[in-house]
Amino acid sequence: MADSAYSFSLTTFSPSGKLGQIDHALAAVKQGATSLAIKAADGVVVATEKKSPQLVDPASVQKISLLDEHVGLCYAGMGSDARVLVKSARKECQTYRRVYEERIPIAQLVRHLATVMQEYTQQGGVRPFGVSLLVAGYDETGPHLYQVDPSGSFWAWKAAAIGKNMVNANTFLEKRFSNEMELEDAVHTALLTLKEGFDGKMTADNIELATVRPDPDNNNIPTFQVLPPSTIKEYLDEI
Amino acid sequence: MSILEYNGSGVVAMCGKNCVAIASDMRYGVQQTTVATDMHKVYKMHDKVYIGMAGLATDMQTLVQRFRFRLKMYELREERKIKPNVFANLVSSMLYQKRFGPYFVEPVIAGLGDKNKPFICAMDLIGAPVYTDNFLVSGTSSEELYGVCEAMYRPNLEPDDLFETVSQCLQAAVDRDCLAGWGAEVYVICPDRVIHKTLKSRQD
Repeated sequence: MADSAYSFSLTTFSPSGKLGQIDHALAAVKQGATSLAIKAADGVVVATEKKSPQLVDPASVQKISLLDEHVGLCYAGMGSDARVLVKSARKECQTYRRVYEERIPIAQLVRHLATVMQEYTQQGGVRPFGVSLLVAGYDETGPHLYQVDPSGSFWAWKAAAIGKNMVNANTFLEKRFSNEMELEDAVHTALLTLKEGFDGKMTADNIELATVRPDPDNNNIPTFQVLPPSTIKEYLDEI
Repeated sequence: MSILEYNGSGVVAMCGKNCVAIASDMRYGVQQTTVATDMHKVYKMHDKVYIGMAGLATDMQTLVQRFRFRLKMYELREERKIKPNVFANLVSSMLYQKRFGPYFVEPVIAGLGDKNKPFICAMDLIGAPVYTDNFLVSGTSSEELYGVCEAMYRPNLEPDDLFETVSQCLQAAVDRDCLAGWGAEVYVICPDRVIHKTLKSRQD
């Protein structure tokens, strides 16, 4: 994949100091279905539109992926590129476990993903990834939410939206976010934000929702769970 | 003659009440010749994690350097100190990486973990770990150490009593071993301080 015959990068600087390929990658991201996430005091919620054509089985589309017990990610942009990064992230989580027998701290996982994405802007013969990622996890230092862009830069957010409707969604989140928010409120806010830019009726089958929080049924160990449609329906009925 | 018996050593770790002790002899020998009597076999990784290594001296020294490297990288990346059980797993995986050309050391790790819970762990030269809550031994004097520790150990000893027990066990055991002895070094690791004493023992 990355060991091609090209010895020069396809991503080069323009005279004005821009990397054109990265900007184009960001344009590809902007065409993707909206994804957003909110970090609450006791966990993180991730929500995304799952707009598939009528004949596609919605259960087979998976935009939110579990990376390890305590961390997951969601993307906006090209699904196939995201798949590659999910695979790499999962491997990194297990490699860490193999050496240290501990869950990987979220910041380190994000740094790994960002490094991979940056390499594809500088290595010979490859193109940047056409996805932005939202990585949500819970480690020893609490809940974390990070965004990683095609350039390889990453930020820690309290709340963030990526994809088609990101500008409006981010404005909405800025108004609604509060530092003392608890996870249940964050879920409602996330669904409301998603609904703002939603084309048509939002149902449990055309969105995906996941949370990472201490699991009360399992010794309060932080667990990332993609919520089943039945649970999503309950939340939708509440808002 | 086994390569693990080339230099000679005796290392022991014991759990006490909210404290752990780790001790070793100080002989540096080349088979029957004693070359020095001030060789450290217990190394501090950080305030709450210590590792003692029995076996081939050169591998012990190299491993100390490798552990220090990995720990510094860990602390830079993770912005925290490594826990003893995590360190034990790191040692285990580093040793197993050399499964078919191993380091000839058998380490003993002692430290205080989460909430200052006592932790000890020993492993063989290819990283198979054993965890207990009483005591662990390693070295050419390991069989002698097993005997004395089994007889003298009691659970939940206070730091001073633990120090006495570990010291007596180590000295009695290495006195029976011609390849270990010539002085001893004891560390008792408590949540707020570390007691470090060097023992003058039989110099033979």
